[in-house]
Amino acid sequence: MSLRRPAKDQPESFEFNASSLEAAKVIIAKYPEGKQQSAVMALLYIAQKQNNNWIPLAAMKYIAKLLDMPYIKVYEVATFYTMYNLAPVGKYFVQVCTTTPCMIRGANKLVEACKEKISENECELSNDKSCSWMEVECLGACVNAPMMQINDDYYEDLDKQKTLDILEKILNGETPKPGSYRGRVNNEPENNRKTLMDLKNA
Amino acid sequence: MLKDQDRIFQNLYNDKGSDVSSSQERGDWVNTKEITDKGRDWIINEIKESQLRGRGGAGFPTGLKWSFAPKEVGSRPHYLVINADESEPGTCKDRDILRFEPHKLIEGCLIASYAVQAHVCYIYIRGEYFVDGQKLQAAIDEAYEKKLLGKNAAGTGWDLDIYIHYGAGAYICGEETALLESLEGKKGQPRLKPPFPALIGLYGCPTIINNVETIAVVPTILRRGAKWFASLGREKNTGTKIFCISGNVNNPCNVEEEMSIPLKELIEVHAGGVIGGWENLQAVIPGGSSMPLIPKERCETLKMDFDACVEEKSGLGTAGIVVINKDQDIIKCMARIARFYKHESCGQCTPCREGSGWMWRMLERMVKGDATKDEVEMLGDVTNQIAGHTICAFGEGSSWPVQGLLRHFKKEIEKRNNLDPIVQKKNNIPYLVDQHLLDKKNA
Repeated sequence: MSLRRPAKDQPESFEFNASSLEAAKVIIAKYPEGKQQSAVMALLYIAQKQNNNWIPLAAMKYIAKLLDMPYIKVYEVATFYTMYNLAPVGKYFVQVCTTTPCMIRGANKLVEACKEKISENECELSNDKSCSWMEVECLGACVNAPMMQINDDYYEDLDKQKTLDILEKILNGETPKPGSYRGRVNNEPENNRKTLMDLKNA
Repeated sequence: MLKDQDRIFQNLYNDKGSDVSSSQERGDWVNTKEITDKGRDWIINEIKESQLRGRGGAGFPTGLKWSFAPKEVGSRPHYLVINADESEPGTCKDRDILRFEPHKLIEGCLIASYAVQAHVCYIYIRGEYFVDGQKLQAAIDEAYEKKLLGKNAAGTGWDLDIYIHYGAGAYICGEETALLESLEGKKGQPRLKPPFPALIGLYGCPTIINNVETIAVVPTILRRGAKWFASLGREKNTGTKIFCISGNVNNPCNVEEEMSIPLKELIEVHAGGVIGGWENLQAVIPGGSSMPLIPKERCETLKMDFDACVEEKSGLGTAGIVVINKDQDIIKCMARIARFYKHESCGQCTPCREGSGWMWRMLERMVKGDATKDEVEMLGDVTNQIAGHTICAFGEGSSWPVQGLLRHFKKEIEKRNNLDPIVQKKNNIPYLVDQHLLDKKNA
């Protein structure tokens, strides 16, 4: 299990804004009547998006009321799943995969780059408070290893220099292009494709 | 090598686009009504005869699973749930189906829902695949627009709604009952089985849960016939499979190949060979991190299918092949996998919650050579106390890779760790188990 701690400084209150509330209603309608608790995961995610990438305790209380479920049940969910950030992570949240398939292709170089550019320790905000990084478990892009995720996007086929370049861009407030950074097409074997050649050449 | 026309996922590398019209050019949605008109029993029988086995890791026969759904719909509705919580290290095949072949999946959902009499289908996608999930959502929206979903979907007379539910970073939610808990808005902690989800699943209703790849191959099997699918591979290990080849190879890639293809061919032909040449190969994890590794000498002749991998005391799992060459420290690789399981244990069962961390800490010491001689035996013992003593298969998943390491690289560990134990006297007190259990095998 992983260690999860809510932030010390918590805002007094939280409320969905109009567009979040609209999105929440669409999601609640996906589930049968009386089973609105199913929407809790999606609603926590909406709260996280609205609140600059993290979920305050007030948001959990708000969602509990909205879904008519006990606060502790929402708290349980928010602390169980690792994608819910319980403390500020900055506008850009960098997650570096370091599980074995990425590790043996040099994920530690990406970690070095993060330490140099963002902050010495993981889960620590950069000087301008815009960015933080952490090591995460397998992100499911193993054939594009090593890779990292920044907010929703995947950056694949990286090395140290490319990572430094990407981090430089986000620290300047730009959003770099996601995808492979060796210019390969999706998951095909680079320069060695032997299947579905008719389609490739068509 | 498999002929190109026998590949089911023609758009695996997104040469053609994933929208409805280009999918139709590839044969999707062409005669869905004709298929459903042949009836539920025909569909389930055809899938049984194709000998399709689940692609999510366990390899359970799909036709058999569908036949567990109650024949008559009672007071409780039936559900179809698609497991797209792909988190097994080494596996990244479902992601490509979600983003490049979404209509194979959606059409498969319609046919499977018809076969098990479900009107609602939930697709559970891991939260990290948000962008790929958005692509699937766009495909679902397009399908609704073209009347391929909703009331009288694709003219079949069957009503079907598909909803996406995002996970939030818990590996355990790939376990089917944990996934159901998560869908109900709870912590993803697995349920005891029985009752099996086919009778009591989502919201207590009959629920059939299948992997993305399993469902996505269904329409093609029904179009081309069970005989065609069964003619590929070998008995009980039929059809094609997307292999993900990662790690120390020159060209890591996803490729769809025939079942039972030799591992060496996959690595040498498709993945461009091991970095440093075949001689530089140390070991291969054949099916995602849960499966025990296979050392080089066994890789020479290994055929990649369910039964052949079991004969090597490993498993095909999700067919996520991780190649590890001799430049890597094999103990460190396994220690990292142990750390993964320590991080992902849901904490419900004590052997797994405590044991996964214990294994990780011991392995980390073994990497540095800080472990004592007796700890090697202890490590093996801990794995035996976890496997088979937990609610779900996570216990096996976390201890098998360590057992594989001990089976094939014990000498390596012993060579590095020759410290004497602090307590020299050999005592006979078991540190884990109840005395009375010692008489039983595997206690």
